[in-house]
Amino acid sequence: MPLAFPFPAIVGQDEMKLALLIAAVDQSVGGVLVFGDRGTGKSTAVRALASLLPKMRVAAGCQYNCDPDVLAAICADCVQRDSKGEVKARQVPVPVVDLPLGATEDRVVGALDLERALSEGVKSFEPGLLARAHRGFLYIDEVNLLEDHLVDLLLDVAASGENVVEREGLSVTHPARFVLVGSGNPEEGELRPQLLDRFGLSVEVTTPDDLKTRIEVVRRRDAFERDPEAFHAAWKRREGQLRRKIVAARKRLAETALPDSALERAAELCILLGTDGLRGELTLTRAARALAALEGDESVGDPHLLRVAPLALRHRLRRDPLDEAGSSVRVERAIAELFGP
Amino acid sequence: MTPAAAEERSAWADASLAASLFSVDPVGLGGVLVRAQAGPVRDRWLGQVRGCLPPASPWRLVPCHVTDERLLGGLDLAATLRAGRPVSERGLLAESDGGVVVLAMAERLSASMVARLTAVMEAGEVVLQRDGLSTRSPARFGVIALDEGLAEDEGPAAGLVDRLALHLDLAGIGLRDLGNLGEDPEAVEAARRRLPGIDCDDEVREALCAAAMAFGIPSLRAPLLALRVARAHAALQGRERVAEPDVTAAARLVLAPRARCLPAAEPPPEEDEAPNEPPPPEDGDAGSEQPEPSPEDLQDIVLAATQAALPSDLLARLRLAEGGRARASTAGRAGAKRQSKRRGRPAGSRRGALGAGARLNVVDTLRAAAPWQTIRRRDAARRPAAPDRPARVLVRADDFRVTRFKHRSETTSIFAVDASGSAALHRLAEAKGAVELLLAECYIRRDQVALVAFRGKGAEILLPPTRSLVRAKRSLASLPGGGGTPMAAGLDAALALAESVRRKGQTPIVILLTDGRANVTRQGVGDRKQAFDEALVAARRFRLEGLVALVVDSSPRGDVSAERLAAEMDARYLALPRADAASLSQAVRAGQADVQPRL
Repeated sequence: MPLAFPFPAIVGQDEMKLALLIAAVDQSVGGVLVFGDRGTGKSTAVRALASLLPKMRVAAGCQYNCDPDVLAAICADCVQRDSKGEVKARQVPVPVVDLPLGATEDRVVGALDLERALSEGVKSFEPGLLARAHRGFLYIDEVNLLEDHLVDLLLDVAASGENVVEREGLSVTHPARFVLVGSGNPEEGELRPQLLDRFGLSVEVTTPDDLKTRIEVVRRRDAFERDPEAFHAAWKRREGQLRRKIVAARKRLAETALPDSALERAAELCILLGTDGLRGELTLTRAARALAALEGDESVGDPHLLRVAPLALRHRLRRDPLDEAGSSVRVERAIAELFGP
Repeated sequence: MTPAAAEERSAWADASLAASLFSVDPVGLGGVLVRAQAGPVRDRWLGQVRGCLPPASPWRLVPCHVTDERLLGGLDLAATLRAGRPVSERGLLAESDGGVVVLAMAERLSASMVARLTAVMEAGEVVLQRDGLSTRSPARFGVIALDEGLAEDEGPAAGLVDRLALHLDLAGIGLRDLGNLGEDPEAVEAARRRLPGIDCDDEVREALCAAAMAFGIPSLRAPLLALRVARAHAALQGRERVAEPDVTAAARLVLAPRARCLPAAEPPPEEDEAPNEPPPPEDGDAGSEQPEPSPEDLQDIVLAATQAALPSDLLARLRLAEGGRARASTAGRAGAKRQSKRRGRPAGSRRGALGAGARLNVVDTLRAAAPWQTIRRRDAARRPAAPDRPARVLVRADDFRVTRFKHRSETTSIFAVDASGSAALHRLAEAKGAVELLLAECYIRRDQVALVAFRGKGAEILLPPTRSLVRAKRSLASLPGGGGTPMAAGLDAALALAESVRRKGQTPIVILLTDGRANVTRQGVGDRKQAFDEALVAARRFRLEGLVALVVDSSPRGDVSAERLAAEMDARYLALPRADAASLSQAVRAGQADVQPRL
């Protein structure tokens, strides 16, 4: 795997970086969708995330990345080994799994292990990408071009947190909880509403339009391409700082208070915007809490809600396909109305 | 070479230079977009590129109908059966590692193919997750996209074009222009070795960024690619450091073809008076005055160099796009095309016999057979007539699985809107409102929409088929009314568009909004009778082509002429006496539902 562009070295695109950091702190916010212009560093940011994230503990030898400390989420394999006291913990990088376009269903959900079936005549299950992504990130570039049958499948798994495989006489269920990260260009097509709803946060990225930023982007990218190692070394410290910040925020998350006033605010905002369902409020408060934890604040307040509201709500509004102003503007208007200038 | 000299360069010299630059750094530059018909000029150019590349490097032609299996790789059935274990087969992209991929008819590549290709270009490797295989193989290559599109709106997908540094148009080059201007392979090879050491000042980066912005190029890949081209150019010229000529060459070859607007500092050219006037010619000597360029000077030089190389029809194109700067994706042929033919969706596989066009699903067949191997082998061994060497994999007829495809043909609604003075007088605003409501309908059905308007002397395609409703709405809102009614021209344009939609495998529906009062002929002359006769002839072609059409009569009291037109077109006719936008839309919706079963 070639070196990825360091996360802190990405110029601008603060909203996108914020959304990814929030998802890194609290995986339960439920995915990040990045939509925007070509060449704005969408995939660069996601790939950079892989090397930024702190390592995680897994049960050694488990093909589903089970957490050795949480017995509830453990797979059948691990339960068996656990009863014999054989589960050993191991530090591994958080998986950021690419779901390439053109992937076939059997590789995504997992299927009969061809090799063993052919050579040994044994029916065994070979886990797919969903298993690999468990407790990590599943990244789909050009998510709006993903074939429909794969979308259906993802929807199902993302909703239940479990991957149920019933095929070729195999019957396997394994945990598959991951942060879905999708990116795409809106001009290539719309996203199905059901899939859109699965993403907790949505980000709109645009090309920076001031010259200074643009020059800085080109300068850093050029420096990175000329000598990736040196560029990495130069940013190592900043990356380390950010990593420690994520670790600290994760620890703080449980203690970060979510006062009733904040819940009320969130509910008011959602009612004003007329978002469907409760997912909007849930995501909004969760993301606000993750942000508060990230910034080292003790409880969630208006400033946190304000910053994450566009991310958490803009894709949940009843969409008027012809409303040119776009959802971001509507969220901003509602915020201004509710929180005052 | 000075910019003044650069101006005199012929198109072929630039093409040759592009060939050499590309051969110096095929991976870094992403590739070349070559707009040309197949012919000796293009062959000559391709030959030149091939001559400059290392002789052993791969050169793979990718046809536009390539399957995922061949492009990315998959299971090699023959080898798998022989070996008794899964054997993977490399795809075209992995085979091209270290070489060049040539895309034939790149404008016909489907959006999903382009997305796969660009993902591999970005990652530098093929990540294969198919057929029970999970592999990574390096795939670093340059792309030559052969664009044979004829019409302005035909071109490869924007995502691909954006990643290709050099854009060439070989259309104007004749055989006699061809001279041997290419670098010899040794020089290119030397440049390739020199490339990693080429240094570059910060001013160069700044100048390229500034120029890209001044010309309204939104993508940040453009200045980055220009920078790489400048480096390759410096390497080719034997320099250690990027110098002014390298930057001007990069601006000319990379930035100019992408330009969407003229720099704001220039006085806006008078579009009304001389729409086809070439850009201001005062730029040629800008460079020669300053021997020691300061950062600002360098920026000016880059601007001048880009401007000098602007396509001469830029102004016309900008006018078409109406404010191309804001609408990043519409101006120019690159962004105009939206490929969206969905591939038939594989709806799983089922047990079945081969033949009659059924496609064997190899993997599923093997999978069905796999669990039984041990048992079957035991059986086979027990049988007296067992062959000496039993097959590695014992497949029986009932293992066969064939792939089922569900093919959904997409619909494209083409709105042909009469924006003439008489229609405007009647109810252009209401017609617009109805179209908007219909657009919302199309959104729900995920249809594509296209917009053709006719008024004054002719018709124009305001919006090529797109799924972006915001764009449709915007171009509709900015549609002015007034002028005569060139009905025949409007029908012709709608018909041509419908045919091109059909060629892409989609189903067109034409919705004509008019009051039926044709009064301008194809020649653009006002003659009511002849205009109407021509319109009837044009309408008859709809019937011959068997196109589904709908005529919405927007005249105040239902008009005989619009009705006759509808009859000639074999279209459904909807008269709209005193209807508001909502009821109009309802009527059209009913009509649309009515025509659906005929699809």
